[in-house]
Amino acid sequence: MTASRTNRLAVTIAGIHMKNPVMPASGCFGFGREYAQFYDLNRLGAIAVKATTVEERQGNPTPRVAETPGGMLNAIGLQNPGLEDVIAHELPWLEQFTELPVIVNVAGTVIEDYVQVAERVSEVPNVAGIELNISCPNVKCGGITFGTDPDIAAQLTAAIKKVSKVPVFVKLSPNVTDVVTIAKAVEAAGADGLSMINTLLGMRIDLKTRRPVLANGSGGLSGPAIKPVAIRMIYEVSQQVKIPIIGMGGIQSADDVIEFFMAGASAVAVGTANFVDPYICPTIIDELERKLDEFDVGSISELTGAGWKR
Amino acid sequence: MDKGVLSVVSNEQIAERIFRMEVEGELAGRMTRPGQFVHVKCGAGIDPLLRRPISICNVDTDKKRLTMIYRVEGHGTRVLSEYVPGQPLDILGPLGEGFPVEGRQAGEHALLVGGGIGVPPLYYLGKQLKQRGVRITSVIGFGTASQVFLERELAELGDVHVVTIDGTAGVQGLVTDVLTGEYGLGMSDWDVLYSCGPLPMLRALQDKYQPAGKEGYISLEQRMGCGVGACLACVCPVQEQGEGRKYRKICSDGPVFPLGEVRLS
Repeated sequence: MTASRTNRLAVTIAGIHMKNPVMPASGCFGFGREYAQFYDLNRLGAIAVKATTVEERQGNPTPRVAETPGGMLNAIGLQNPGLEDVIAHELPWLEQFTELPVIVNVAGTVIEDYVQVAERVSEVPNVAGIELNISCPNVKCGGITFGTDPDIAAQLTAAIKKVSKVPVFVKLSPNVTDVVTIAKAVEAAGADGLSMINTLLGMRIDLKTRRPVLANGSGGLSGPAIKPVAIRMIYEVSQQVKIPIIGMGGIQSADDVIEFFMAGASAVAVGTANFVDPYICPTIIDELERKLDEFDVGSISELTGAGWKR
Repeated sequence: MDKGVLSVVSNEQIAERIFRMEVEGELAGRMTRPGQFVHVKCGAGIDPLLRRPISICNVDTDKKRLTMIYRVEGHGTRVLSEYVPGQPLDILGPLGEGFPVEGRQAGEHALLVGGGIGVPPLYYLGKQLKQRGVRITSVIGFGTASQVFLERELAELGDVHVVTIDGTAGVQGLVTDVLTGEYGLGMSDWDVLYSCGPLPMLRALQDKYQPAGKEGYISLEQRMGCGVGACLACVCPVQEQGEGRKYRKICSDGPVFPLGEVRLS
């Protein structure tokens, strides 16, 4: 037996050791304070915190969320307290969780913004990695505009790699014709890993007002409804790149985690499901160990790419 | 706050599109603060996916029973209206900051103003105020007579003025139409205001009583995601754009705010 019973869930992605492969997804968990009221965050494999920009952002007008069958649309608009506040208050607060690698989601309007945030947060002792947000669909400048052009995505990745002291994951948008091209471009530019997928662009219209439900018009679709899209994209990309993938998009159960691993993920992030069940991450982690027995697997990392490996 | 599975005791229609549901379980015993809310999973599957925020209308902490009154508005509340006694209901709560009652003195006069589905939380509040010896006057507004509810229950706590837009029950007009000296509800006739209802109603109350320096608390409604302050779906701006946070989260900083704290635009 190669893996002892205690670390069957452990994974290492781009040098970051995680005691289990489950982290809450950026934007769905704030900076952890709210969910720390429910359970010890040390139970998580890692935490991906809310997108951070140079300056404080107020976000979009409300309504910011709308429900769809098996999913939800959001257009929060990267609301966050800004780089200095995150460094002064949020990241130090997370230091109490000594067994919790922190991944900071970095966003901006121009390349210089991303560079400034990435450089500063990567120097913070408890920050284990950076997730480059080149896929937010809800801001007018930056965000998704960086994630739909392979050259620009690569340029940004290279600039961040120059300044970052920690591994850099690039969060990819599904709103592209060929996600593999973008993935290969950022890998060539030095990305240490990929996060996929961000939300799909969507819209709902209110029948009474005849106007979009969201004040922003369109929003990002998340939840179980997008899981097959995520699985397909990870399945395609993981066969074409060598860097690890944090899989996300509608995960609700340990079975879903196994499916993402089989598609090619090396770790996973749980997003929308936190809103439905605040205990979902520890529940999935507990269930995963039993699933490994059910599927007769020694350690979870053996499953990465099992869906396409011969 | 916690997540719990409660058991449906009853679930019946009490007015046009209005249902009263009673549930029982350990979690209900912890719902002691009026004005807080619960986040309810309507149905077990992924559609509807998100929870629905519903106000706490009454709690019997001894029997561990929670009463919710909700209006069937969309898919989630329609599913909720189909629950039958004995069925389990997944509830997250109690959530948010409720109506402050500490420090209220016997002999004070509280004005409770509710509109439509904003009326229910005022009942649990009124009960607690009455226990403190506070005199209560309720002003409750509805669209039409068939939508009126909780009139009898609120009448057990004090005076009740019913207002309907079409005049089929009580006074014709809006709740603000009876907040005059003519009804003994002029500016100087009461000590504190508590209100929950549609945004235009809350705005009218804030515009009228904030400049006068009256003490009052309003409870807001908004589409929510997580219900615990993490997702930032339900924010509203503060009036004073000075130092500190420029917004409030309705789910966790609210849903109750003092008059003048948030901008109701």
